[in-house]
Amino acid sequence: MTVNTSRRGFLKAAAATGAVLMVGLRPDGVLAAGGEGAMLNPFVRIGADGSVTAIVKHIEKGQGPATGLSTLIAEEIGLTMDQIGYEFAPSDPQVYNNLLFGPFQGTGGSTAMANSYLQYRQAGAAARDVLIRAAAAAWDADPATLDIVDGIVTGAGQSAPLGDFVAAASGLEPPAEPALKDPGAFRLIGNPDVRRLDSEIKGNGTAMYAMDVHLPNQMVVMIARPEQRGALATGFDDAASKEIKGFINAAVLPNQAGVAVYAENTWAAMQARDALDVTWDVSAAETRGSDQIEAEIRAALDAEPVYNVNKSDAAATVAAIDGAASVVEKTFYFPLLAHAPMEPLNCTIEATEDGGILLHDGCQFPTGPHMAMAEIFQLPMEKIRINTMLAGGSFGRRATPSADYQVEAALAFVMTDRSRPVKLVWSREDDLRSGYYRPAFGHKVRVGLDDSGSIVGWEHRIAGQSIMKGTAFEGFSVRDGVDHSSVEGAADTPYLIPGAHFGLTDTEKATSTLWWRAVGHTHTAYVMEVMMDMAADAAGQDPVAFRLKYLDGGEADQQRMAGVLKLAAEKSGWGNAPAGRSQGVAVHKSFGTYVAEVVEISGNADDGVRIEKVTCAADCGVAVNPDVIKAQMEGGIGYGIGHVMRDQITLTDGAVDQYNFPDYEPLRISDIAQIDVHIVASAEAPTGVGEPGTPPAAPALANAIAAASALRVSSLPMAENGVSFV
Amino acid sequence: MAISLKLNGKSHEVDAEPGTPLLWVIRDELKMTGTKFGCGVASCGACTVHLDGEPVRSCQTYIEDVEGAEITTIEAMADTKIGAAVQQAWVELDVVQCGYCQSGQIMSAVGLLSENPKPSAEDIDSYMYGNACRCATYQRIRAGIQRAAEILEA
Repeated sequence: MTVNTSRRGFLKAAAATGAVLMVGLRPDGVLAAGGEGAMLNPFVRIGADGSVTAIVKHIEKGQGPATGLSTLIAEEIGLTMDQIGYEFAPSDPQVYNNLLFGPFQGTGGSTAMANSYLQYRQAGAAARDVLIRAAAAAWDADPATLDIVDGIVTGAGQSAPLGDFVAAASGLEPPAEPALKDPGAFRLIGNPDVRRLDSEIKGNGTAMYAMDVHLPNQMVVMIARPEQRGALATGFDDAASKEIKGFINAAVLPNQAGVAVYAENTWAAMQARDALDVTWDVSAAETRGSDQIEAEIRAALDAEPVYNVNKSDAAATVAAIDGAASVVEKTFYFPLLAHAPMEPLNCTIEATEDGGILLHDGCQFPTGPHMAMAEIFQLPMEKIRINTMLAGGSFGRRATPSADYQVEAALAFVMTDRSRPVKLVWSREDDLRSGYYRPAFGHKVRVGLDDSGSIVGWEHRIAGQSIMKGTAFEGFSVRDGVDHSSVEGAADTPYLIPGAHFGLTDTEKATSTLWWRAVGHTHTAYVMEVMMDMAADAAGQDPVAFRLKYLDGGEADQQRMAGVLKLAAEKSGWGNAPAGRSQGVAVHKSFGTYVAEVVEISGNADDGVRIEKVTCAADCGVAVNPDVIKAQMEGGIGYGIGHVMRDQITLTDGAVDQYNFPDYEPLRISDIAQIDVHIVASAEAPTGVGEPGTPPAAPALANAIAAASALRVSSLPMAENGVSFV
Repeated sequence: MAISLKLNGKSHEVDAEPGTPLLWVIRDELKMTGTKFGCGVASCGACTVHLDGEPVRSCQTYIEDVEGAEITTIEAMADTKIGAAVQQAWVELDVVQCGYCQSGQIMSAVGLLSENPKPSAEDIDSYMYGNACRCATYQRIRAGIQRAAEILEA
């Protein structure tokens, strides 16, 4: 097996033939087609045979951008979906940046479609424009009379495949602002019958993930890691490792974070690492347990919050609640969670003939590791290249501000003579024990209601471990001391809640913290929606009707949230559950998308809960690939529910207690019997779909359990806090 | 030690120590990468292959125990009637998301349909329990198996 190690070389070679049309942004930001200038920034490549390739700037980790961005280009040119293929873009923060991230290439925050929607449509429209003008010139016709349908240029009484005009089109200057298709004429965007472009290869074993890289003469490296975060390797005895066939060498990493074990293959690396006897300096290591982390968070919730998040009058809120006819209150605790993508982390580094470095990686934030490699190898940015490959899941894990695993591989490689490529492989144990976690958080909420059951005050304290502080991303998220990712989904809720006060206190980080599918919304949605349910219960009102009271009379934000709530209620048969079934509802906005979910269960907390049906309604603006959106909602629901059912990462004396899937049990096929997803038709700009399905799932389940059992689960996971599942 | 393997109908001579998991011989020695490493403890099913027609976890199947057996991997599934039907159903329904577990899902699904041509939802949930999908594509896996059963019945 060989891996394409020279994508740029290929692009240059293709350009030299002349019979290739490249369309993209020139350095000055103007769309350009053909010629050397356009070669720099391609989004669309068209071969002389008419084959069209979308250059996809976002990682494909299952969430669908390979299909989605290709759909935009195919739509604007006038192709069928089987007339377009895709390739992943090289690392280039100037050209392939996420338009919402600044000069930084990366996928995250459910922005792949949101930031690409116009950019990729324009690239497709620009390609269409020059192809039509080239055909018009060849046929001596008015371009306005020509069209491209299913890859065929037609008009003026003639028709020909678009490949016939690639050479001529590549010499034409495209318009600065190409005319985009009228949405009423869309054939692919919004079409529920469009299929994923990566289904076949992922079903027949030919899809290539970074784990599948086999470079000639490569070594496999695994890292012997300390049990306690922050312990330093000071030496090792590799006598037993030397008995393992295929073991090559071992060396303490330059930062002493572990010992790199080099071997001829993966199995030898695993065995040799197990056999290695490492000496650790634990004087600066983490020694706290998760009980202490939880105690610290609960203590912070009992004190005045450090930050007044929404700059509200806290005393007035407290006074309103103290004078209320009734008060509901609850304290919540959310444990550390691992991401555990199916493909254990890995990447491969090789030296290139031009003195550079090539990284093969399911790379979510190319610019981060790109900069880190340049620093470690002391090379200019243009000498570092990244071959982005399919990724076997991420859920946030591949995007670390520190480029953690890529840096590990680079450190392992920089210690060698660089004659042999280094493939760094993590085991599942590495993934669960040495990774980054969704931080632990606590919430303490008091809600006051008047005689009529209306909210008069909402006091909401949040305490936990900031994700962004102390990282390169601090500037993006921290304002006046408040890390927005700690409070998003609560302090900026679309609900129009009178007398709402949100306070935040940061607690110390006992582990590395990291965004985990839906980031802060993973805990804020749970608290907001369980409290809404408790308030509705105290008011003696229907949970859906109660929520709608706080969305009535609002702007589009409130109306869209109410829209999905009503749709989910209607489609789920809200209030009319079959005998023996109980329903719970939750609605939440995250990443610009509104999602409501109704969970229907049988049984109860004592006898065993079975999740019979989840009904989901989503409003994500224009639904580019409706079936991909449905799949993301299905997956987001499963991801949210699986973890709250039974997963947590715990620490004892600073060491992670869980080791592998047997004690960090994934959602299984039997856990959810049915999921129905309904998408709201919308002409609004498209927003995210990878994450927004997750936040409402857990509180909807919690509310269903409460309806069946009179048990309000406020500490997670549920299975450790009074709920049995069947 | 030298071991003779019969994989996807072909014989291979490999050099591997006793105790080496079949998974790593398939992936690292034979360089057939459709069979995936997910957990190494038979807890996720990503490494599922067929041994004499029965799904097994190749991460917990040792090389010295498979000499002489017929080993089949995802790469040969299109050549089998049931495998082709499952693959067709998977594409029709766009079952995959990240796709990393799907080779193993399909190998298990073929195992199920081989012994139960018309499985109920409960049959599927029971048989497929050990195949984890972190993307949670489960309901499409369930539908995909039932669609494959239809294709095979037609």
